[in-house]
Amino acid sequence: MIVKKDKIADNTYSIWFYHPEICNHFMAGQFLILMVTENGERIPLTIADIDKNNSLVRIIFQVVGYTTKLLSELNVNDSIYSVLGPLGNALKLPENTKKVLLVGGGVGVAPLYPKIKEISIHLKLTADVVIGARNINLFILTDEIEKIANKLYLFTDDGSSGHKGLVTDGIKKAIEDNGNYDICIAIGPLIMMKVVVELNKSLNLPTYVSLNPIMLDGTGMCGGCRFLYDNEVKFVCVDGPIFDGFKVNFDDLMKKNAQYKEYECKLNS
Amino acid sequence: MRLEPKMQDPLSRIRNFEEVSLGFTEEEAILEAKRCRLCGICVKGCPVNIDIPGFIKEIQEKNFRESIDIIRKYSVLPAVCGRVCPVENQCESQCIYNKKGEAINIGALERYVADLISEKPEISIDENGKSVGIVGSGPAGLTAAFELRKAGFTVTVYEALHKPGGVLRYGIPNFRLPDSIVDKEINYLLSMGVNFKLNFLVGKTIFLKELLNLHDGLLLATGAGLPGQLNIPGENGGQVFLANEFLTRMNLMHAYEFPKYHTPIRIPKKAVVIGGGNVAMDCARVARRLGAEVILAYRREEKDMPARRDERIHAKEEGVQFFTLTNPSEIILDEKGLVKGIKLEKMKIIGIDEKGRNKIEGTAQYFDVDCDMVIVAIGQRPNKIIQENSEGLVFDDHGLIKVDENLRSSNPKIWAAGDIVTGAATVILAMGEAKKASANMIKSLLN
Repeated sequence: MIVKKDKIADNTYSIWFYHPEICNHFMAGQFLILMVTENGERIPLTIADIDKNNSLVRIIFQVVGYTTKLLSELNVNDSIYSVLGPLGNALKLPENTKKVLLVGGGVGVAPLYPKIKEISIHLKLTADVVIGARNINLFILTDEIEKIANKLYLFTDDGSSGHKGLVTDGIKKAIEDNGNYDICIAIGPLIMMKVVVELNKSLNLPTYVSLNPIMLDGTGMCGGCRFLYDNEVKFVCVDGPIFDGFKVNFDDLMKKNAQYKEYECKLNS
Repeated sequence: MRLEPKMQDPLSRIRNFEEVSLGFTEEEAILEAKRCRLCGICVKGCPVNIDIPGFIKEIQEKNFRESIDIIRKYSVLPAVCGRVCPVENQCESQCIYNKKGEAINIGALERYVADLISEKPEISIDENGKSVGIVGSGPAGLTAAFELRKAGFTVTVYEALHKPGGVLRYGIPNFRLPDSIVDKEINYLLSMGVNFKLNFLVGKTIFLKELLNLHDGLLLATGAGLPGQLNIPGENGGQVFLANEFLTRMNLMHAYEFPKYHTPIRIPKKAVVIGGGNVAMDCARVARRLGAEVILAYRREEKDMPARRDERIHAKEEGVQFFTLTNPSEIILDEKGLVKGIKLEKMKIIGIDEKGRNKIEGTAQYFDVDCDMVIVAIGQRPNKIIQENSEGLVFDDHGLIKVDENLRSSNPKIWAAGDIVTGAATVILAMGEAKKASANMIKSLLN
């Protein structure tokens, strides 16, 4: 049952709902799969936060298709038809990691948030954060992140807030200011993760990405989220969702994610 | 003469997802039952030892309620088994009339009484104060739930999907096994007081260790939910489906009813299905119902196919074209990453293997087939998630769990049944095993 719902940016919502099992088993990096109605589609969403004391789970989503639209129309006291989770694996940092650069683009900041929290609060490591958005109205969670990040860099495409530029400019700036990082975690649209990985390859900065492809069951049963990773087939749902970005073929993933685009239009019309 | 139930005409049935077989009428059922000499030799072929002559005798005498009551003593899913059991390899293969090709139509008779008397007897349950957990709600899980509840256990079934039934729900299409039949069986278990916890993935939503604390005994019946792959170029392209995804999209998520249901499927013009088992036939026939031209490519000859004879016949009647002795070598993608064709290699027979099937090898002769969908249906293995917190369980290289002759695992509180023990098999074999495991659980846990 939904206990709290807020619109936190243009087209972007935060929902807290009651789910003790997910709360009790959650590890940072995991996701869930939900259906809004019995006839609905199953969609994966990263678990953005949990409130253990009250058994609450938080999801943050942008309205991008029909299912997220239906989800945005739910209100406090409504129930989500089905929620399965937590799914996937926890974030595991390489040994001896001390200093992490976390990069989030657009609504990718939502899945980035639990990683920042884990690294900064639980692991007590240095977590510097770069957030990019098209404009100031699309920033989410910046207040919360500011409280837990070591340093926070905001970048907008149009310069309406923070620095003007892309997240890749943010990465360069962060390194300029603070020296090298042990690892970068980048989460956002596939195209953003692709350019971040390209930059970081040239900088020799190991980079994790979190993938969010079309999924069905989320338990390794259907293979719908499979992709070629370092010449081996992986299922994002059970082998991920966090992968070494240097080994991901983003072009293939982008093609695969686009295969039902026109059907979204049909549902919305 | 063996009586077959009437069927939907192939031309009309490929335009709907309604059942293909219409089932016996009362008259037909009695006529077919009266052919039976009640010798009982067929029971040898039944994995759950149903008293077949017993229930057929009651049909002969029009005692339909008595007939179904007899079946229900042995099987909790008669309406399911009457539809999907490979009877031609089991009970009917033993029938004295089988040699002439006129075995009693036991499957259709079972289905007739199961459908006719769908309300079920109330079973009085003596609570024994103990609790069991069952992981998975497919045929093995449902059977065990029935047996263990009947024996007085508090029974909780954990299912990862949002609807119970496992492969009966996501795998077998509605035209072979309608959802309403599965619903009836589940409702019966609910009425007996079996608890279902849906959206519970054991290993993630709850750990095995916690289940061991919650229950006196556990049965793992998680099935074979890891799809086989060809490992050829192009296999990860758009509109290349592993059978499980295609069937789940269609059967569980009802993509064929888009946009009433919100899960989409691209309507293929021409689909190529790879494989020769029952799952491949299901995929081919579902794709046909989407309006596609369908080619089924199999590397051996038709007689080597593991699929049931009836399924092969139905597929062909529905216009599925069989390309036998062909093996895919590459899936060809367009610039958007979507399937535009498949490269098949012609195979040749070079002898007979130890199972009596043709032994084959490639000829290095290839040909391309244009298509806009490929479905890979070449077998399933057990899902690995349960192994992640395995509590002393032992698994082999194929992901199958090691159990003793009573289906008890290396952890004395855990039993296993179904495809996770045997590898991908049939509904009825899973049920047979679940009965065996349940019997041992009852014996061990009540002592």
